[in-house]
Amino acid sequence: MADPLLQISKLDAYYNDFQALYQLDMSLGEGEVLAIIGSNGAGKTTLMRSISGLISNNSSQMRYRGNPIGALRADQVAALGIALVPEGRQLFPSLSVEENLLIGGRLGRKGPWSLRTVFNLFPILKERRTLPSTSLSGGQQQMVAIGRALMSNPDLILFDEISLGLAPVIIKSIYDALPNIVGEGISAMIVEQDISKAISVSNRVYCLQEGRISLEGASKSISREEISHAYFGIT
Amino acid sequence: MRVIRTSKAAKISIMLATLVLLVLILAPWWAGRADIRLMGELFLYLALASLWNLMAGYAGLVSVGQQAYVGFGGYMLFALTIFAGFPPVVAIVGAGALGALVSVPVALLIFRLRGAYFAIGTWVIAEVFRLSFAQVSALGGGSGSSLPVKIVRSMADGRSEREALSYWLALGIAFCVIAAVYMFLRSRQGLALTAIRDNELAASSLGIDIWRTKFVVYVVASALTAMVGALIFLQKLRISPDAAFSVNDWTAFVIFIVVIGGIGTIEGPIIGTLIFFALRETLADLGTVYLMVLGVVAILIMLRAPKGLWGLVRARFDLELFPLGYRVISDKVKKE
Amino acid sequence: MDWVNVIVQGTLLGGLYALFAAGLSLIFGVMRLVNIAHGDLIIFAAYLGLTVVMTTGLHPILALVFVIPAMALIGYALQVGILNHTLGDDLLPPLLVTFGLSVIIQNSLLEIYTADPQKMDAGVLETASFSLGDLQLGVLPVLTFGIAVVVIASLQWLFYRTALGRAFRAVSDDQDIAQLMGLNRRHIFGLAMALALAVTAIAGILLGIRTSFDPSVGGGRLIFGFEAVIIGGLGNLWGTLAGGVILGVAQTIGAKIDPGWQILAGHVAFLLVLAIRPQGLFPRISG
Repeated sequence: MADPLLQISKLDAYYNDFQALYQLDMSLGEGEVLAIIGSNGAGKTTLMRSISGLISNNSSQMRYRGNPIGALRADQVAALGIALVPEGRQLFPSLSVEENLLIGGRLGRKGPWSLRTVFNLFPILKERRTLPSTSLSGGQQQMVAIGRALMSNPDLILFDEISLGLAPVIIKSIYDALPNIVGEGISAMIVEQDISKAISVSNRVYCLQEGRISLEGASKSISREEISHAYFGIT
Repeated sequence: MRVIRTSKAAKISIMLATLVLLVLILAPWWAGRADIRLMGELFLYLALASLWNLMAGYAGLVSVGQQAYVGFGGYMLFALTIFAGFPPVVAIVGAGALGALVSVPVALLIFRLRGAYFAIGTWVIAEVFRLSFAQVSALGGGSGSSLPVKIVRSMADGRSEREALSYWLALGIAFCVIAAVYMFLRSRQGLALTAIRDNELAASSLGIDIWRTKFVVYVVASALTAMVGALIFLQKLRISPDAAFSVNDWTAFVIFIVVIGGIGTIEGPIIGTLIFFALRETLADLGTVYLMVLGVVAILIMLRAPKGLWGLVRARFDLELFPLGYRVISDKVKKE
Repeated sequence: MDWVNVIVQGTLLGGLYALFAAGLSLIFGVMRLVNIAHGDLIIFAAYLGLTVVMTTGLHPILALVFVIPAMALIGYALQVGILNHTLGDDLLPPLLVTFGLSVIIQNSLLEIYTADPQKMDAGVLETASFSLGDLQLGVLPVLTFGIAVVVIASLQWLFYRTALGRAFRAVSDDQDIAQLMGLNRRHIFGLAMALALAVTAIAGILLGIRTSFDPSVGGGRLIFGFEAVIIGGLGNLWGTLAGGVILGVAQTIGAKIDPGWQILAGHVAFLLVLAIRPQGLFPRISG
């Protein structure tokens, strides 16, 4: 395997005063889709916030294209081409749908994604583009959040709990759109509670338990028993 | 294991404090006239600083308008002695009572403002007080008035007796304020206050009535501030709206004292007052530069050591002279 | 007719108060910062204008060419150098640091310019007037009001029609998520303070032409600006203009009854609004 796109080594990360990740090692290859699973409090969101720079770490604990990024601020990480679709959408309430997308694109990185292509991916957003983002349904808000991340034309996109709180039919339509996104040569890391969804779209799976990796393997070859063992820590 | 409140340092400090207090009470017999005046002023600032610290450091009520009550208290001293014929000492208590009374509607109004806007709101109130008293021609209007000689004489016969009385009153109110703040913070309400400071949301979910607690603190602090104000102008013997409601004299200095000494600690205002007066006595000739230096020091402390000088001392030596929290002492060594 | 005149003059005065308030409103909107030194910065801008006028002989209005960029630069430096370090969940640091700044600015001005009242000489602009029906209107107050309207309209346009305004609103909504969009909030806050002090520069120059000023009057300007913001409703720029006008009218009405009541009447109007409609007359966001 060539040099990984993202290499995490011995990452200790803290959420407020309490340690959420212990000596975590993880790697992500170019074009690869990783699924991160684990129960509540396993450290998944802390991992997402660490990678995206919202939590500051030791510089060398995280390397992106070989360069240390652990200590960079979130805006500097974003400029390198890492985008996060945060848990709970977190759109800007005082911005319209289109403005939310535009602010995602303000870094001006080159790539396939623009207002036009995002609107092609989620046509409903084009109709609603002048509305305040808060007036949309949960599923549509999630589309805006994904579109906003894509607008920066990232090389790596992080999805934190994209199906949380959404109706199954909406989840399905969002997952149906995923191949169109990662198919454009973007690597992805997907944090997901729904294990079968996570496995179906990913190449490899990491399972986190209490801040440590309890299982790692190719999505195709991993068994349900192994997962429930790693997930719940049943021995 | 035992849970205790006092510490060895606290016990020693109580003994020391008693000793210091005795020495201070006897000051009119051992100190010169100028020193007595200076120390009297120091105690009044100490009282103001402790009260401001109770509001800002514990109740989250950051006021830049406490001069409203200093000036109000001063004017009430003049009004009650001149028009109602009260003896000065009674008038001071009366000023406190009236201060509490007037602070109730004020609180109802400005408690509608949050955070920093509350601060500026308190300033507006102080301005309203200043402009209103400037309209009262019976008290000298904009140019102010002096306390009639007859009333001054009624306090005590000789000048030195009067000055000693002023001094004891100042010492007394500083002692009472610190004791009251200390007792209050150790009470149920005080603990609630600390809970609010640490986490307003959690405190409200525990059923602590935040609004009421803050309201009580505001009214009590206003009453005591008005009494201090009455004492200040009993020392000065002359009052005018600009002097009575000066934001620099009664709020800026007080804020600097608390910030430098350590906000949110009982010891902070004491340390801060001592430093403030030490600086003032050495740098006073510099005038405006002195104020600029104070401003710079306060900003640096706020940025680098937000708990002030006492915070630095406490972090280094684990010292607490006025123990508020509980300590857990382990009697026996844990078994391995 | 007399009373119509009073109300018109008050309205025009309100333009100046809206200019005091606009910067305050803007930085509160973007970063929830209340700058206690705002009034002293207005006076600082007036002194800066005075210095430019004295050294170059320019007309005070033309001095804005220097004073606006200078104040903007100072604003950016102040924000990035000091104020950014005070922002967080705790209310005390920004409040006490800006309070310290206020004292430092005031005393620096005292040290440099002394306590003597100063005034900028704007020549005929100060006395020129024209009549509108029975009303006699001063050119300077009308110009001030016009500038206030233009400034508020420009800020409104910038906030809702430009990429920078989008960034301001995004950072105001959620600093973390805005950071994920590649927005460095420290820089954005610096730009917001630069913009606020650019407006302050205009306010300071117009104040210095209209009346005499000395280093101690900053606090009063902060209070007027603050009252305009609260009367108008937090976070609403046009509301701030309306708040300034209400304050100005209340003051001129008070002055008409008794000159000693001018300022007091303004405060009373503010307290009345606070008592009856604490969210302001035209609120947009909650504080």
